[in-house]
Amino acid sequence: MIGATALMKSLEKEGVKEVFGLPGGANLPMYDELGKSNIRHILVRHEQSAAHMADGFGRVSRKPGVCFATSGPGATNLLTGIATAQADSAPMVAVTGQVPVAMIGKDAFQESDIIGMANPALKYSYQPRTPEEIPTMVKQGFYIAETGRPGPVLLDIPKDVQQNEGKFTFPDEVRVPGYHPWADPDITNTARAVELLLSAQKPIILAGGGVIISSAFAELQSIAELLMIPVVTTFKGKGAFPENHPLSLGPIGMHGHAEANKLMTEADCVLAIGTRFSDRSVGTFAEFEKNLKIIHMDVDPAEIGKNQTTSVAVVGDVRASLRIFGKMLMDKAVRTSDDNPWLKHVKEVKQYWRENLKIHPGEMGAAKILRKLRELLPNESIVTTEVGQHQMWASLFFDAIHPGTFFSSTGLGTMGWGFPAAIGAKTARPDVPVVDIAGDGSFNMTENSLATAVLEDLPVIVFLINNYSLGMVAQWQRTFYDRRMVGVDLKKCPDYVKLAESYGAQGLRAQSMDELDSAIKTALKSDVATVIDIPIDPEEDVLPFVAPGTGLKDMILPS
Amino acid sequence: MVWAILSIKVENKPGILFKVTHLFRSRNFNIDSISVGVTEDKKYSRMTITTIGDEKQITQIVKQLDKMIDTIEVRRLDVNNSVYRELVMFKIKVNKPEDSMEINKLASAYSAKIHDAKKESIIVEMTATPHQISAFEELAKKFGLKEMARTGITALEREEHEH
Repeated sequence: MIGATALMKSLEKEGVKEVFGLPGGANLPMYDELGKSNIRHILVRHEQSAAHMADGFGRVSRKPGVCFATSGPGATNLLTGIATAQADSAPMVAVTGQVPVAMIGKDAFQESDIIGMANPALKYSYQPRTPEEIPTMVKQGFYIAETGRPGPVLLDIPKDVQQNEGKFTFPDEVRVPGYHPWADPDITNTARAVELLLSAQKPIILAGGGVIISSAFAELQSIAELLMIPVVTTFKGKGAFPENHPLSLGPIGMHGHAEANKLMTEADCVLAIGTRFSDRSVGTFAEFEKNLKIIHMDVDPAEIGKNQTTSVAVVGDVRASLRIFGKMLMDKAVRTSDDNPWLKHVKEVKQYWRENLKIHPGEMGAAKILRKLRELLPNESIVTTEVGQHQMWASLFFDAIHPGTFFSSTGLGTMGWGFPAAIGAKTARPDVPVVDIAGDGSFNMTENSLATAVLEDLPVIVFLINNYSLGMVAQWQRTFYDRRMVGVDLKKCPDYVKLAESYGAQGLRAQSMDELDSAIKTALKSDVATVIDIPIDPEEDVLPFVAPGTGLKDMILPS
Repeated sequence: MVWAILSIKVENKPGILFKVTHLFRSRNFNIDSISVGVTEDKKYSRMTITTIGDEKQITQIVKQLDKMIDTIEVRRLDVNNSVYRELVMFKIKVNKPEDSMEINKLASAYSAKIHDAKKESIIVEMTATPHQISAFEELAKKFGLKEMARTGITALEREEHEH
């Protein structure tokens, strides 16, 4: 058996059914064996999209998505996708071809030191020098990518190592001496956390992406309901708690819900679960922790105290931690009535902002079109977004109701992520509609994935909120640079309906609410990928807005 | 700001020094000195890194190093309960014949060794604490310091007191 065969056998043993990739000189042996295997190959048009597809697949299935690229530019094209997965703790295994061992370091054609380049964006990396090393590396790589705080793992395989014969043993178990993915939640600290939360006058729960990664939805909901504590989320935590729930206040942050930001700043104690307190979520660190006791549950000990000072920390898988936390509450037979003054205030503030937040008056304002999408889209549908204004409008006006149905590039903020990620998500969940809530600037970056969506029969819907501009940058130029608009006008190019059609996809344009209604219904019934082009007012801003370097209480509201 | 000695046991594999130093760079931490060598068990190497930062930063450095998959054990040594030394070589100018004698005296006062005594220069080797090395360096500067090379600190913590 040669190294490339051992790779495919190892991937099959890990349960891999599909890989996203593009062949080239240095991974030809892998592709030759891929063709003979039972693994489906989904051909991309640019390696960045392969990484995003694997990422989308990984986030939805919670199993590592696999992407293939050749050496040199193939590998460097994966970099943005690897960094995106790392920033959002998504499980991924990237497999690159490398020049033959004897050529490494000789500046060979299409040679790049991809491990050196990708190192800070990787959870781990391997470069086998003999074919016999491959099965153990694959086994370990999957284990590392999907356990603890998930992340991307790179396997960089020199071409001769793919081609050479070897005697292979496929390990049943892995041992990685320096890797301890899950600590057992500390009972004493959990008990202290319970006491602290129960003693608070104005408690709040902040749910982060960790709740989604560890599927702690039920545990979170039962604690919130038992204690009648309102729940805010980070943007990455959107979908960790049903946004139609009476206790849900939605995401906090730079473009958080007004009620969420306001009540977050009023709370005296927060139970923060699976979050790294990013600047986009909490504003300035010192301002956020002022007068606030923080209970921090996270799987990653390095997140404790990194950005915020915590009163109590519980390190461990957040689902396990919440189970212990919930059991301790049950043992105490805690009862919370829903007529306490804090909860009454929470309800009033929520109701006020739900009724009084000013939205764009036009027929095709962002709030209206996104609420229309929510109305017509089944709750179990999966939604991804691109990065920009549309993403923040989605956060504000599109409620994520079913657990773990909303995904976005929240950490790295990678434009062009949403569409290939939607294709990856559709691969993992062909049974539900998958929609990429997109902006034109972002969609532009990876729109050639339309070829993949059409030819691989992955009928995703691109809900293209089109303001013919790099809208978020335009908003900052309007707000902070006295309307000096530089490099943001995309001048109605291209025509997205024609673009979709040229790939064999369906292109629809919606210029009124009626047209939008029928376009969404048509797209949902369609068995081919659909782009719904929705022109909007290019001057519409995303509000509320917490300016960078300020606190949540300084939120700018629509006037 | 405090000065900390970190003792890091890692797998003895290629590329790990790169990953450790890369971590310091990408997390905006500072390496004051670094020394690396194999341990009593050839499967592992020990890196001794000294760094300067506030307590919060040093706690973060330890946690981030601990999170690395290639690190087996990361310890912040108790500076007051550790033996820490650095090896240094000075090439000191000999300007006039009396200097040789002076440098010899200075070296013996610091238990340093003399190597390669030439007409123009003398190489002095010493193993000492960074504090002693700095003191010697100041004195050597009077003659003129042509070159200096330091290994970085290596350290071991003392055993607990026996009762």
